[in-house]
Amino acid sequence: MAFASLFFLVGIMLVLFKEGTPIFKEVGFFQFIFGTKWYPTYEPPEFGILPLILASLWVTFGAILVCFPLGIGSALYLNEIAGTSQRKFLKPLIELLASIPSVVYGFFGLVVVAPFLQRLFNLPTGLTALTASLILGIMATPAVCSIAEDALSYVPRSFREASFALGANRWQTLTKVVIPAAGSGLSTAVILGMGRAIGETMTVLMVSGGAAVMPKTFLEPVRPMTSAIAAEMGEAPMGGSHYHALFAIALILFLITFIFNIIAEVISRRFRIKLGLSG
Amino acid sequence: MNKDFIQRIGFLLLFVCIITTLFFLGAIIYFIFVKGISIISWEFLTQSPHNAMTEGGIAPVILGTLYLTLGAMIFAVPLGLACAIYLCEYSPKSVVVNIIRVSINNLSGVPSVVFGLFGLAVFVNFFNFKVSILSGSLTLGILALPLIISASQEALIAVPHSIREASLSLGASRWQTIKRIVLPTALPGILTGIILSVGRVAGETAPILFTAAAFYKKGYPKSIFSEVMALPYHIYALMTEGTHPDKQKAIAYGCSLVLLFLVLFISGIAIYMRQRQRSYYG
Repeated sequence: MAFASLFFLVGIMLVLFKEGTPIFKEVGFFQFIFGTKWYPTYEPPEFGILPLILASLWVTFGAILVCFPLGIGSALYLNEIAGTSQRKFLKPLIELLASIPSVVYGFFGLVVVAPFLQRLFNLPTGLTALTASLILGIMATPAVCSIAEDALSYVPRSFREASFALGANRWQTLTKVVIPAAGSGLSTAVILGMGRAIGETMTVLMVSGGAAVMPKTFLEPVRPMTSAIAAEMGEAPMGGSHYHALFAIALILFLITFIFNIIAEVISRRFRIKLGLSG
Repeated sequence: MNKDFIQRIGFLLLFVCIITTLFFLGAIIYFIFVKGISIISWEFLTQSPHNAMTEGGIAPVILGTLYLTLGAMIFAVPLGLACAIYLCEYSPKSVVVNIIRVSINNLSGVPSVVFGLFGLAVFVNFFNFKVSILSGSLTLGILALPLIISASQEALIAVPHSIREASLSLGASRWQTIKRIVLPTALPGILTGIILSVGRVAGETAPILFTAAAFYKKGYPKSIFSEVMALPYHIYALMTEGTHPDKQKAIAYGCSLVLLFLVLFISGIAIYMRQRQRSYYG
């Protein structure tokens, strides 16, 4: 039973390979990845997922621009400035906010943020890459903050005290000692946040607009990989090319998040060794 | 520039960061509460939907979410607990343990829609469970597995070695020690982890999209092989399908509030418990 998690991880990988690779034989691996036309229901169908990959990257990049400063900034505030009583209240609150379901964020984006952005920029639709980035960024912030705060709290007290003893004030200590010491821990937080953002489904499905074209600006609808899978799987006939193509997208998505996780794992292990904590 | 002045600016910036974060998250909760509270009534919570999803309540929808969550836990809790016990109590520190640990971390990072596809290919199609409570529960269970394993592992590691050694020195076997000493001591921590994963599973949408959820199903689910309506999917479906967007939107507000309340309440209990345990252990 101990191997359950390994079993399922390998199982997921095998299923994705088995159901996804037939499409590579059909249209060719490079044509699939770098093709710029995604018309799976046309006759003849076109399976090029570059627009979907780019959409995912754009939206994730936008989300990072939101959740990196907010999440890390909040973590620094919690760890360095907030008093004990404030931290005792705020830390659980942030953890609680991290548990809000993604479909609720999507709903909020759909009924509030999208109409607001539509009016603000005078757009034909409020469902754009920007909307998805904003919502995803806000959604990932509590998680990034939580992980970053943990990393900061691992920095030994003696580091700070040594800095104070040299006459540095709290801000100098923070920027010159604490942040460099916790740097790899903080980057783990961001990488895990990225992994979550790129794999997030419901919010982007609801607010990204769904147009499978090469993204040009942030103010246009896009269709990220997750949202293509979720939106089209219901209609794709089982065992057909479209079905296999969607599994192949999932396979690529899985590999991307897998790589993110491995990087985060390696960095966080080095971080622990650097600070003299047990691996 | 004066270093104290820079410090003041820097601290102000960090303060702005956390205020902005709390503002946005507060705004989401406030907005859904204000718009949703007028929809909520006794009828809304206890009746079935009728008139093409424009009137009536969401009782079967709430029940569907409860079934799916319960099913996921029945599958994931024993498996996760067994896995955690093996990793903490029996296995020697080795390459194997490391591989398992990495696989747990990776499994928890797999996008939820990928779990959905796995469920579709394996439970719905291969085992031929069809789109059903069973398929959805199993899929959600796999998603909950890494959460339960890591929480249980953490709770088991926190049990002091002296207690184990005292038990072993009295002649108890390892299994007796685990059953009578270690598990009861770690129980609050394990429960916290389980409750947290319940909160997570109850709000997941993507994994049940193709494995369990139906937009509309008359009456209550009859067996574990029937399709089911579920709160998170219901919100999505109300906003994207159907023919009466305005009336459906009102119901979606109500559903969002119920789901938000449910998840925040469950997670709140778990986080409160964890907070108390942390201060108890120091």
